[in-house]
Amino acid sequence: MVSMPSIASFKYLPILLLAATPALAQSAPATYGIGRAPTAAELAASSITIHPDGTGLPKGSGTAAIGAKVFVDAGCEACHGVKGAGGVTSAPALLAAKGPEASPWDRGVMAVKAPYATIMWSFINRAMPFGNEGSLKPDEVYALSAYLLAVNKVIPEDMVINQDNLAKVKMPMNREPATVAGPNNWVRVPEWQPGQPRFKGYPG
Amino acid sequence: MGSLPTSRRDLLAGGAVAVGAVAVGSLVTPAVAATTQNYALNNSPMIASPEDLIAYGQRSKYVKSFRIHEAGRPEATLARYRDFGLTLHINAPLQDFLGTVAPSSTHYFATTKGALLPDIDPKEHTLTIQGLVDKPLILTLDDLKRFPSVSRFHFIECAANSHTAAHKTVQESHGNTSNAEWTGVLLSTLLKEAGVKANAKWFIAEGAEEIKGADSIPLNKGMLDTFVAYGMNGEPVRPHNGYPLRLIVPGFEGIFNTKWLRRIEVTENYMLNMDDYGHLRRDPAAAALGYQIGVKSVITGPSGSQKLPGKGWYEIRGLAWSGQGKVTKVEVSTDAGKTWQVAELKGAQNPQAHNAFGLMWNWDGEEALIMSRAYDDVGQRQQTSREAAKSLGATYAAGYNPPGNRNTIMAWKVAKDGAVTNGLDALNSIV
Repeated sequence: MVSMPSIASFKYLPILLLAATPALAQSAPATYGIGRAPTAAELAASSITIHPDGTGLPKGSGTAAIGAKVFVDAGCEACHGVKGAGGVTSAPALLAAKGPEASPWDRGVMAVKAPYATIMWSFINRAMPFGNEGSLKPDEVYALSAYLLAVNKVIPEDMVINQDNLAKVKMPMNREPATVAGPNNWVRVPEWQPGQPRFKGYPG
Repeated sequence: MGSLPTSRRDLLAGGAVAVGAVAVGSLVTPAVAATTQNYALNNSPMIASPEDLIAYGQRSKYVKSFRIHEAGRPEATLARYRDFGLTLHINAPLQDFLGTVAPSSTHYFATTKGALLPDIDPKEHTLTIQGLVDKPLILTLDDLKRFPSVSRFHFIECAANSHTAAHKTVQESHGNTSNAEWTGVLLSTLLKEAGVKANAKWFIAEGAEEIKGADSIPLNKGMLDTFVAYGMNGEPVRPHNGYPLRLIVPGFEGIFNTKWLRRIEVTENYMLNMDDYGHLRRDPAAAALGYQIGVKSVITGPSGSQKLPGKGWYEIRGLAWSGQGKVTKVEVSTDAGKTWQVAELKGAQNPQAHNAFGLMWNWDGEEALIMSRAYDDVGQRQQTSREAAKSLGATYAAGYNPPGNRNTIMAWKVAKDGAVTNGLDALNSIV
């Protein structure tokens, strides 16, 4: 608190008023200096974002064989069914009914449809298992990722998945160049501009 | 007593009312009340414990207006909450809304992937701003309230708010949208505080719910009109709507309006977060629509399951909105689209907000198909499904709808007995 002038300092009141006047007319500063800087530890811990190129992935590794065990132990199977075949609850199937000859759009599951394997890693890490989210250790998430990629025949059964090779997994969805429409591709999101209509060609 | 009457006249008037109410209440017989009503008498009973309503008010017990589960979605039982895959969508009673602001208690809400309702202590909650910024920031609620604030009316609408011929009421057909006055601080203010780096093009907004839902949003939208809201209709944002912080992304699909907001991360690239994965599209036409709600309107009264008591004058009322900008005009047809009349837009026309409209209609007691269509300031008009197919170069077949949020025209059928039912099939059968 700013201490108020005492009665004895009443003679300074006009000066105080003059000093206060410019404050009332003050224009907005470039920044307000509100808030605090995070510590290095806070900053490192806060982001759970995984970039499509693998930036943000913690160190760790896992195989499909380990993942098969985690899939049961962590409770994934209870909701997603044996090998992720679905049909147990409203949780989606994680094992595609159709094989690699089909388009990833028709195979549907995340291990096939995600353009980057990092998307699945990030999803498991932040949102699974349901009811105990965020509890899996990085090695378990790598193992589950390897398991789901292997059962869907995206990677070989014995491949070790880690922070360096996860983003390099060649996903079934990303087989054509970004600008080419194809059965194994997704449409890149266009740039948004203010005043841009949602549809072109709608009459007024 | 809080204060004394200031004059003898006040004292007499107040006393007379109090005495009259007690005395008359016990004397009136039902027979008398039913035949002639003496307007000098007050026959209403008194609310039993009005003192309970002084600190925090409630609506009258005679007002029956409730949210409902969206048809075809799981109900909000605890067992369902525990069943992964639940997508909880709760529809607002648009037919009961008066004006444009949704009461906070009946504002629509939706969750994806089974989000439970976080119980967030505002003293513990912070918003972190990080990524491609010069100066990462952690902001408390108190910090956020020190910045210059904005108060703006905006609708939020789920992209899946899709009317079909099976819907019986406007709550079922259009209830996944509501409009509120949101108060908070512009994201541009916060991002200027943090200093955005030159190569930044996107930002991620992330919630604090159990699945930590996150979306990639264009940075130019973030710098234009996006804001971090702590207020909703004059009070803190309600828990179902994101207490204590909700990102408002005006006109963008509901899912972008991140609830329980805890983190903003500025990035160079589209991040393909979990929610972005849900937006993956195969068809270029659909991908281009990904963000914005189009120009849209619906008649909320007379609407499905209501009944007109007889012929004569009625105000046809409804809501019109556009995620692209401001609604400039609404037209209403009462003759199955043969002719259209310009409706009155009520109040201020706020961009990316629900606007109320009305048109006086002298119903002749004959069967009628009534509908509305809105125009917006980017130059587009709401279309029927047939018109939309033609505009987009698609072949019309029964059930055709443009990709993305369904913003086509809705119709209601008024029968000779005044019963109002879904008129979409009748509308779509008109060639």
